[in-house]
Amino acid sequence: MNKQGQKRGPWREVWRRLKQNKAAMVGLAIILILVFSAIFADFIAPYGYDDQDLKARLQGPSMQHFLGTDNFGRDILSRIIYGSRVSLQVGFIAVGIAIAVGGTLGAISGYYGKRLDNVIMRLMDVLLAIPGILLAISIVAALGSGLQNVMIAVGIGSIPGYARIVRSSVLTIREQEFIEAARAVGASDFRIITKHIIPNALAPIIVQSTLGVAGAILSAAGLSFIGLGFQPPTPEWGAMLSTGRNFIRDHWHMTAFPGLAIMITIFGLNLLGDGLRDALDPRLKN
Amino acid sequence: MDKNKKMLSINNLSIHYITEEGTVAAVQDMNLEVAEGETLGLVGETGAGKTTTALGIMRLIPEPPGKIVQGEIVFQGKNLLDMTTEQMREIRGNKISMIFQDPMTSLNPVIPVGEQIAEVIILHQNVNAREALERAAEMLEKVGIPPERIKEYPHQFSGGMRQRVVIAIALACNPKLLIADEPTTALDVTIQAQVLKLMNNLKKEFNTSMIMITHDLGVVAEVCDKVAIMYAGNVIEYTDKKSLFTEPRHPYTLGLFGSIPSIEDDEERLNPIKGLMPDPTNIPSGCPFHPRCPKVMEICSEKVPKDTEVSKGHFVKCLLYEE
Repeated sequence: MNKQGQKRGPWREVWRRLKQNKAAMVGLAIILILVFSAIFADFIAPYGYDDQDLKARLQGPSMQHFLGTDNFGRDILSRIIYGSRVSLQVGFIAVGIAIAVGGTLGAISGYYGKRLDNVIMRLMDVLLAIPGILLAISIVAALGSGLQNVMIAVGIGSIPGYARIVRSSVLTIREQEFIEAARAVGASDFRIITKHIIPNALAPIIVQSTLGVAGAILSAAGLSFIGLGFQPPTPEWGAMLSTGRNFIRDHWHMTAFPGLAIMITIFGLNLLGDGLRDALDPRLKN
Repeated sequence: MDKNKKMLSINNLSIHYITEEGTVAAVQDMNLEVAEGETLGLVGETGAGKTTTALGIMRLIPEPPGKIVQGEIVFQGKNLLDMTTEQMREIRGNKISMIFQDPMTSLNPVIPVGEQIAEVIILHQNVNAREALERAAEMLEKVGIPPERIKEYPHQFSGGMRQRVVIAIALACNPKLLIADEPTTALDVTIQAQVLKLMNNLKKEFNTSMIMITHDLGVVAEVCDKVAIMYAGNVIEYTDKKSLFTEPRHPYTLGLFGSIPSIEDDEERLNPIKGLMPDPTNIPSGCPFHPRCPKVMEICSEKVPKDTEVSKGHFVKCLLYEE
């Protein structure tokens, strides 16, 4: 019992429960395939993302071009594969920014409370009051388009969400006896927050961030769609949709496949997020 | 060892909780002393101010609403109430440490027990993480847990085992004073005796002074040298264990003994003290115990009793004994 017992950390338990959830594993598989194709895009993609073949413009799916070509004769499959790079980068880095800033603010707010809490959370309310896409549009408009600015814009928009989640978990955890016990052994506030509170608050953050990556990818695609995100020839899914819009009557494949790529990615992330929420739910322990 | 060397003395300590509904005098004008290697029992009902006293010594009273209104807590010749936050952090866990009531909630669920013991060692001693873990393993062994279990998480231990881990954390830096806040209340009876025995042995081994907070006179009989009985924030009787059990004086103390079932007598019912603890925001005037006191006199509702020394070292706060 001892030998087996030693391996049973709380995260292993979560993994064990997650493995039992088929939908979550499908989601995880989708995400892993995406990550894989993003990393090895150079090897997988049959063509370069900006290889133009003007003789083969606007062709439907065929053996040469599985998903057809666009108005410059570029291979859509290759562009979608390269596009996963951009989308995943935006998704993860934007969420990373949001967690770093929002999480820190939320933790400070929840731990110290009182006036500091009020000031921080009211600032967050101001951010929340502005619709996310409008906020992103105005930030991109101010900073200019491009990968980095889109990530910042999307990230800033989701800061308040993380601040609120982290704050509320810190509020409950801070009252627990083991926090008082940590104080009683002489741990500093910084140590208590980073070593005792944050690890116990991770569950909701993880769930929110998987769902948040999906949201960020969608926002970035949305920004590109309205022409504020990535400029051509960057193979971005939203931008591809936007170009395809002009040809949608006669060449459905130009919009359908990038759209499907977005849909499947969001679907995978949501499946994984839901599965993680169930696996991390303390009430379902068994 | 010099038995009379003072480790801790509490002088005229008052701690209040100031809330919108009113001020709660959780500790009123308390005077206590603990000598080196000695165990003081702090006995009282829920809400009598025992835990507040303990947190006050640790300077862990949540402020606000808590406030130390007056008095001093002198530990090894220095007043803890004058110390800065950094100085207090140095003392907590190192010179004074605390065992909490419920071992189910006082350990961090996501950190292996070994690391939790090592944490206090790293915080207070100049060692690296590996050495700290080695010492943590030694401490585990001392409290009777196989050191192989060092990497396990709290949920893999039973309640009694967890309390042993908590004790290991508390004693890891060999503190001078150990405050045990009802360490056995959350445990079942058979485990209680084991844990008490363990604490007693370790306390002797390290020559630690101890404040044992409890509402169980049986625990007092087992481990304490001196006892302070608390009622509604006041220490109403303060004496050594022997005279408490042989000649208790305060009517409340007598009532406590009266409510313990006797093995010899064939009693149909227990004899509890009549009435309930007073509402903490609305403590009766005069002696706080007078509405429940079987020996109440007219003066009791008017005059606040002072400490009276009925025999050497035996203090009672009761007007029956005041001149």
